[in-house]
Amino acid sequence: MNRVLTAEWIKLRSLRSTWSMLAGLFAVGLGISLLSLNRVHDAYAEAGADWDPTRHSMTVYVVAQLILGVLGALVVTSEFATGLMRTTLTATPARHRVLAAKAVLAAAVSLVAGQALMLCVFLVGQWGFARNGVPRASLGDPGVPAAVAAGGLYLAVIGLLGVALGTIMRATAGAIVTLVGIVFIIPGIAGVFPSWIRQVFVFWPTLGGAAALGTVPDPDFPHPWWGLGGMALGGAAVLAAAFVVLRRRDV
Amino acid sequence: MTRIEVRGLTKRYGPDTVVDDLTFTVEAGQVTGFLGPNGAGKTTTMRMIVGLAAPDRGTATIGGRHYGSLPVPLTEVGALLDAAAVHGGRTARDHLLALAASNGLPPGRVEDVLTRTGMAGVAVKRAGTFSLGMRQRLGIAAALLGDPRVLIFDEPVNGLDPEGIRWARELMRALAAEGRAVLVSSHLMSEMAQTADHLIVIGRGRIIADTPASELTGGAGGGSVRVRAADPGTLALRLSAAGATVREGLEASLTVAGMSAEEIGRLAAYHGLALIELSPVRASLEDAYLRLTSESVEFQGVAA
Repeated sequence: MNRVLTAEWIKLRSLRSTWSMLAGLFAVGLGISLLSLNRVHDAYAEAGADWDPTRHSMTVYVVAQLILGVLGALVVTSEFATGLMRTTLTATPARHRVLAAKAVLAAAVSLVAGQALMLCVFLVGQWGFARNGVPRASLGDPGVPAAVAAGGLYLAVIGLLGVALGTIMRATAGAIVTLVGIVFIIPGIAGVFPSWIRQVFVFWPTLGGAAALGTVPDPDFPHPWWGLGGMALGGAAVLAAAFVVLRRRDV
Repeated sequence: MTRIEVRGLTKRYGPDTVVDDLTFTVEAGQVTGFLGPNGAGKTTTMRMIVGLAAPDRGTATIGGRHYGSLPVPLTEVGALLDAAAVHGGRTARDHLLALAASNGLPPGRVEDVLTRTGMAGVAVKRAGTFSLGMRQRLGIAAALLGDPRVLIFDEPVNGLDPEGIRWARELMRALAAEGRAVLVSSHLMSEMAQTADHLIVIGRGRIIADTPASELTGGAGGGSVRVRAADPGTLALRLSAAGATVREGLEASLTVAGMSAEEIGRLAAYHGLALIELSPVRASLEDAYLRLTSESVEFQGVAA
């Protein structure tokens, strides 16, 4: 297992695209955080008593999840696109090991980069709130460390989901479209679904799954950590399907 | 001695049987040419040997074991299935380092194979900048990485320049001479004629011939003899009377079948006829191959 993990790590780090995507993650995340400070007064006025400086500062998780999800998908789909997967699976015929190594790496990279980004945007956001005279939070406040940690965990699950979707779809475009559907489109049209379907939104990415990224409870999702836990289980289920599919299909 | 044994291998895609009950053995110490027109099932067969595709029936084993059960596969089998199968953004060295790491091979092996394939000078270049010929060399380098006893190359000379083709041919001869089993596919008989000791010819997924390369020419060709004589008319008559088949060839020569050069010479001497040329013509491997596969070509062009 260690051998396969080492091999996958060499592959991931030797691609310029890995590093440019991570640089892009921070550029986009910090850029949006800084730009949004312009309108922080409006946001504060709208929220009123529900103002949650922690959640507000970490809103860029919405964009970060797309970048890290695509990175996870590319770990698999770039190998199918180039045909490299054949070489990889010839060198390691135990296919589950290859997928396990890719999943571990994508989750680890998403966790580390995502957590670092969430911490940065939290600090940048609080600095900006203070400058604009809007109530702010600090890392020592109750619930804040947990909320920031939830940001990292959430993005790690999304990275894992990217790997799973990439394995099932095999094509980059298909995996990205599915990912966008899950994290953007379905939450965007959540209102049109019947209430019995809306039960799963408690665990859905961008919806209940992200409820833990704040300190003021969201009335729609009263149990935020259950939401994140459920989302992780959902991601694990998709990954389990990916293991089955990779084992069965010809390459 | 490690060898590849294929027994009753069958693969279907929907209604099409792409590989149909193939049985053959690739012996150690020789180059086995795997020949067939495009679409004959060569690549599918090779993919099944290395476990990338699951056969519907039959087995393919290497030294008696299934590929999937080899603990360190790169040290037993080296395979080049598709030269384009590298990520264009990765350097040749990183590509090989990752492969070596996956099988616990020391990084020094990477430098060895880069040198052996003449790629040491471009090891730090990204594979996306490589010509097809350089990618072939990189693929061959990857196959050699674990110093395996069995080598499988799918169309390895595609895209190589004449010098590269000669290099690949000599490499394969050398690998076989080191006692390895070498399976090389091609759709070009002329290529195999100079490389292979043994030939397996398939068409539409079935075995057409499984024979030493030298026998394919004799067996399928029916050698003929080219004769030129001072008086071709009389000679032709005498030869026909003796049971040979005589056709008129170029520049007043005769092409004689059904009689050896020695017999023709004796017959001419008996009748006092002067011969100017007497040369046996071997059917080329190319002719033999085309004859064998003409009925199994999937996409046949129509002569205008």
